[in-house]
Amino acid sequence: MSAQVRIMRTRDWTRPVPPVTREVLSVPPVTDEGRPPVLFVPGFGHGAWVFAEHWLGRVAERGFPAYAMSLRGHGASGAGTDATLRAYVHDVVQVAAALPRQAVLVGHGAGSLVVARAMARYPARAGVLVAPVLGGWTTLATALIRNPLGTLPALVGGPLRLSRRQLFSRELPVALARSYVRRLGAASATAQWQLLAHRPPEPPVGNPPVLVLGSPEDRVVPSDALARTARRYAGGAPLLFPGMGHDLMLDARWAEPIEAIVDWLAKLPR
Amino acid sequence: VSTSTDDARTDGGAPPTHGRRPVDDRGDTVCVIGAGAAGLTAVKNLKEHGFAVDCFERETAVGGAWNWRHDRSPVYASTYLISSRPFTEYPDFPMPDSWPDYPHHSQLLSYFERYADHFDLRQHIWFGTEVVRVEPADGERWDVTTRSTGGYGAERTRRYAAVVAANGHNWAPKVPAYEGIDEFRGTIIHASAYKDPAQLRRRRVLVVGAGNTGCDIAVEAAQQAAACWHSTRRGYWYAPKYVLGRPTDQVNDAALALRLPLRLRQWLFHRLLRLTVGDLTRYGLPKPDHKLYETHPIANSQLVYYVGHGAITPVPDVARFGHHRVELVNGTEVQPDLVVLATGYLPRFEFLAPEILGTDPNGRPTLYLNAFPPGHPTLAVVGLFQPDSGVFGIMHWQTVAVARWLRLRRAAPEAAAAFAREVQAGAGRRWNRATVKESTRHWFEVGHIDYLRGVERTVRSFDRGLAAALGNGA
Repeated sequence: MSAQVRIMRTRDWTRPVPPVTREVLSVPPVTDEGRPPVLFVPGFGHGAWVFAEHWLGRVAERGFPAYAMSLRGHGASGAGTDATLRAYVHDVVQVAAALPRQAVLVGHGAGSLVVARAMARYPARAGVLVAPVLGGWTTLATALIRNPLGTLPALVGGPLRLSRRQLFSRELPVALARSYVRRLGAASATAQWQLLAHRPPEPPVGNPPVLVLGSPEDRVVPSDALARTARRYAGGAPLLFPGMGHDLMLDARWAEPIEAIVDWLAKLPR
Repeated sequence: VSTSTDDARTDGGAPPTHGRRPVDDRGDTVCVIGAGAAGLTAVKNLKEHGFAVDCFERETAVGGAWNWRHDRSPVYASTYLISSRPFTEYPDFPMPDSWPDYPHHSQLLSYFERYADHFDLRQHIWFGTEVVRVEPADGERWDVTTRSTGGYGAERTRRYAAVVAANGHNWAPKVPAYEGIDEFRGTIIHASAYKDPAQLRRRRVLVVGAGNTGCDIAVEAAQQAAACWHSTRRGYWYAPKYVLGRPTDQVNDAALALRLPLRLRQWLFHRLLRLTVGDLTRYGLPKPDHKLYETHPIANSQLVYYVGHGAITPVPDVARFGHHRVELVNGTEVQPDLVVLATGYLPRFEFLAPEILGTDPNGRPTLYLNAFPPGHPTLAVVGLFQPDSGVFGIMHWQTVAVARWLRLRRAAPEAAAAFAREVQAGAGRRWNRATVKESTRHWFEVGHIDYLRGVERTVRSFDRGLAAALGNGA
């Protein structure tokens, strides 16, 4: 039984999230056929640039207006030192509502949790969860086993450090992988804690179709967690891209997942 | 989806007619009347719930009352929101957070235009088309007759599965019948004709009415006119737009969130107003004759300030008009050359026979949740309320309730019977814990917390009904 609709949102009414400048990168479609805009939401520590590397251009080539944003405290967006999960959700809904048409929301990693919560506030045209990290204690356990040195500081309020081995496959040249890891930032300590312990997202509004995809070799998202997310949000199995790391949009074979996403989007009723 | 209304159709193959007129049968389509703040969200939410929608709008653009270009728009150059942004916006389409706490009406219009474009609503709207009649047809369907605005062109009748009336209630001016009003040699205008402070410049102005509009105009007259009298029938609370450095409604709802009892909240806010605004009688204003929350509050930080500077002279109610003077109920008189009647508006549903909405001789319909008329399950009114808060969010949830109701009725008619009984039993109920003052201005006031809780309960019961029906394989 899914959660009930919630109308009384006293916190949103009485304590609105403070405004911030938000980085939004965009690539216009090669031919505008009235396709919905696609908004990419990066995970913790990642900025809009991770999608600008490859995915935005490919989406635009296939006729969809492509956008990527940075959550507060990430990339070129304004400061978000004590940002909460609610502030990140606010950022996504603000950017989505400013787009000219009803948008498709694509979340990666912990950005999937932000997107899942944003879909309860904004009627997305569709939702795509890429290598979703929906949090909880198993997320922590996985991270501790795979990357104890990067994860332990996060337990005492420090930044979560993701390693090259967690994010990328061996196919990606080491120098490039290192340069990507150097560009990573960190989410706020509050949001990191909220990733572990938070109320489950309210049901999405407007009943959007949802696609879940990931890699069976992802060292951040265990396969069973991916399958669970797909069952819950998409009502089926995830699309799998074997041999890839957690950062599907930067890894060597970045083209395969994005082509699959656009194929799925192209099939949505107009 | 096959529906029960399909089966109830009695046309038997022959094209449907209403009397002798041919009727264009629009099948399961829902008709929305008006493309203002309420109509737009009705179209959007009906569409989102899978309904085909036809919307009729008498003007040639969206925005209704908030579009200053429209004949019937009551906005004036200095109209700002009186509730802050988070209370006012559609909950699923927030206003930009770079906007001020209290946006200007021109920002509101751009907001509605963006809403219409974002959700691709314009393709459903027939602009420049007014609804002349809405009449019941067989099978709880409705015949909607339209023509071009202004009465040109032939009438056309279409048959709909349901009708949502979102025609607004701030466009038909209410003018009290004052004795001697015809003898008065000065100018008398209703606030709906007030557009720009230049109209007040160097005039001797009497503003009648202490609604938010009356107070705004009195404040503008204080800055522009040669003299300004402000006539009110009784004492009011003038809530500043900010208390404790935050928008007043946000502070107020923080107290509500603590679930403090009404009396304690009234006491707290009386204390707070006493500290921020002070004793109104010291300024020569009458003492409020009611407790806070008993009428729609006036949000105006400047009125008391200008009274304190002598730029506004508070006076009691008007008794009668003379040639060049206006007599007041306390026996004194003032000599204005411009009278602005900020005496409000009356809701009007000319296209519906009065008995359908259970309208009494004072024009007051009897509805459940201010939206559902008893005995007409496929008709709903949206936007007919005056909250102690912003309106667009409440309109959104009203139309979600209407859409889910129509969906439940379609999918599980037997589950819908319980709600029909609730509508019958609860029609006319007030959604405000405080006792509301009796006045044509106050009858459709709602407390936003009580009202939204009522809507939340209703929507959840629809969802449960639908889940149960689908679970049973219906």
